[in-house]
Amino acid sequence: MRWLNQIAALTFITLWTIPQRLGTSLVIVIGIAGVVGVLVSVLAMSEGFRHTLASTGRQDRVILLRAGSDAELASGLERDQVTLVAPLSGVARDLRGHPLASAELMVMVDLPRKGQTEPNNVPFRGVQPAAFAIRDELKVVSGRRFERGVREVIVGRKAAEQFAGLNVGATIGFRDSDWTVVGIFETGGDVHESEIWADAETTMSAFRRSIYQSVTARLADGSDAGFTAFKDVVSRDPRFSLSVFREPEYYAKQAKVLSDLINMLGYTVAAFMAIGAMFGALNCMYSAIASRQVEIATLRAIGFGGTPVVVSVMTEALLLALLGGAVGGALAYLYCDGASLSTLNFNTFSQVAFDFRVTSSLLVQGLLWALIIGTAGGLLPAIQAARLPVTVALRTL
Amino acid sequence: MRYVPLLWAGLFRKKTRTILTLLSVCVAFLLFGLLHAVKAAFESGADSADAKRLLTTARYAIIEPLPLSYLHRIEQVPGVVGVAHADWFGAKYQNESNAFPVLAVDPRRYLDMYPELRIAHGQRDAFITTRTGAVAGRRLVERFGWRLGQKLPISSEIYPRADGSMHWEFDLVGILDADDPTVRRNTDLVLINVAYFDEARQSNKGRTGWYIERIADPAQAQAIAVAIDALFTNSPDETKTQPEKEFAIGFAKQVGDIGALVLRILAAVFFTILLLTGNTMAQSIRERVPELAILKTIGFSDGKVTVLVLAEAVVLLLLGCGLGLLAATSLMPAMNSATGGRFPTLFVHGRTWLVAMSIAVVLALAIGLPPALRARRLKIIEALAGR
Repeated sequence: MRWLNQIAALTFITLWTIPQRLGTSLVIVIGIAGVVGVLVSVLAMSEGFRHTLASTGRQDRVILLRAGSDAELASGLERDQVTLVAPLSGVARDLRGHPLASAELMVMVDLPRKGQTEPNNVPFRGVQPAAFAIRDELKVVSGRRFERGVREVIVGRKAAEQFAGLNVGATIGFRDSDWTVVGIFETGGDVHESEIWADAETTMSAFRRSIYQSVTARLADGSDAGFTAFKDVVSRDPRFSLSVFREPEYYAKQAKVLSDLINMLGYTVAAFMAIGAMFGALNCMYSAIASRQVEIATLRAIGFGGTPVVVSVMTEALLLALLGGAVGGALAYLYCDGASLSTLNFNTFSQVAFDFRVTSSLLVQGLLWALIIGTAGGLLPAIQAARLPVTVALRTL
Repeated sequence: MRYVPLLWAGLFRKKTRTILTLLSVCVAFLLFGLLHAVKAAFESGADSADAKRLLTTARYAIIEPLPLSYLHRIEQVPGVVGVAHADWFGAKYQNESNAFPVLAVDPRRYLDMYPELRIAHGQRDAFITTRTGAVAGRRLVERFGWRLGQKLPISSEIYPRADGSMHWEFDLVGILDADDPTVRRNTDLVLINVAYFDEARQSNKGRTGWYIERIADPAQAQAIAVAIDALFTNSPDETKTQPEKEFAIGFAKQVGDIGALVLRILAAVFFTILLLTGNTMAQSIRERVPELAILKTIGFSDGKVTVLVLAEAVVLLLLGCGLGLLAATSLMPAMNSATGGRFPTLFVHGRTWLVAMSIAVVLALAIGLPPALRARRLKIIEALAGR
């Protein structure tokens, strides 16, 4: 009990005297805030990218590409192949009995980012009418859907945010054809929000294409058994030479290289910054101890034990670190959360836009890193403070 | 020079503190070295660009193919001294998409266009004469353990052969290399012979991905680019021609502003370091007020004391900067092998050293000036009295 009293008393004194060491304490807080802020922001970028790709696609939907192709852009499907997919038995049907399959083509169009002039590869998807029933998460948030046979497009929310001239009512010119933007759509933050959509037939004639890139279909039975059965039907049918992927599997694959890269960058930077900050924290705690050397020795002389000293110093270090971590996390949240970014996905050779996502688990992770830095920075000085012989310490008086 | 021992003694007056400060400065510059290398890797296309090369792509989207028949028309544009072309094969190797780029080229034209790609004479001739021949960059050859003369089984994700199969096979007849490390990243590819490829593929015959032109006078680049594009205006395949450097910059822009991202991270890093080191320096000078007063007593001028304190900061930062960049340099091989060659080679450029050193000096001045001025203003009597 006496021991606990000592700890409580010493910790109180330590914290009470922090204002006298305000400079050093602030340095620790700000230093750790910097590390945690950068860490959380970089990981929020990675998390946002992962979220965009991970939320694309549903288990009961499949994408069909030419056998051997892993990406839509590399694929090519003749019209006759495509028309044979819709009637297959595994494909779901809507209330009126129409098959839920959409043959789609993908072209890249050049658009500058807002405020820039350099072109970017923005994906332009021509879809068949069933696309809206298949992807029922799609909501037109302003304007309306495009009409068939007319050069009208709807634009994903993120594409509209990133690239210039994509407002409702605007006209965009691609390859001797002018298109009118008639709506902005959302699909719950997935990759399609980086795209521009138009009617497949109109797109084909405007871009002088004769082949599709993919077919997206909803399965009547989305379970593993249903998927395997559908895959078997396609692979056994000699008329087809197609690969079948579940949507989530397909989109996760598209993201892998880029998300690995972002993750590696994020953790490397954070690890080195944390090491640097640990040295800084060590320095600050050492000097905090040095300035209190006489005080601590006096306490030891009047009967306070070594452990309470260690505990009180550690408490100070951890509290300061925690404060720094909280400030860093808050800054990252304020500045980054929701900020959007677009980059070139090397796998699809097209732009994908995503938002920074500062999630609560990232904030917790930030605090944990702060605590680790605090522990590493406080432990040695605390032990040194407790070990210093009283007589030596008092002699400096 | 005779003040060096004094400087050293001042720096290492408190060993732990100085070493810890040094280490955190060192880590900051290590990070600087790494991030600068990443940034340079993304932007290096523009560095290794040749001012005498132009690139012609389809006007509306760079992935649209162009007719091979444009070759001879482009050749006749005044000022153009050589033309090459390349087509994207869409390689899939050992089930990995885009494991490396494979380009279908006219061997002679392509190798002439890129003289910085080094290849042995015999191998060059073999590539020109072997229809199924292929040459690969040295890094790729080492990564996959290929041997000269072996068959390279590579699938295409885009082009089926005439029989519908996506599986292709080429004979490895040569190895590409480069002396300059900025150019060496351009050798991470496989070149195949377009004569064979175009004949054997099922679709898109008679087309290629893009053209590369060599021009005699870089000053004429814009005019020649306009002249080339004018040839094909209003045709089904309009073109866009631009200097190689512009193209590379545009491509880097597609990736996004890596530079700005890196800059923000580094700003946070250096701000933190400035704070930590600045605090330590200030404290160190505070503790040494009586010592500085003694120096002044025995005849050191105000200026000398100021310079001495400033020099401490400069030495500390420069030392940390040097050690950090050395550490970054020694980490590069590990990083390069960790990315499995999927990412351009990272290395610490000479320019990085220059930039880092200047940052170190500026930081040192920012950190050292306040305590140095404080030391300058010291009154001997007050300082010795401990006031």
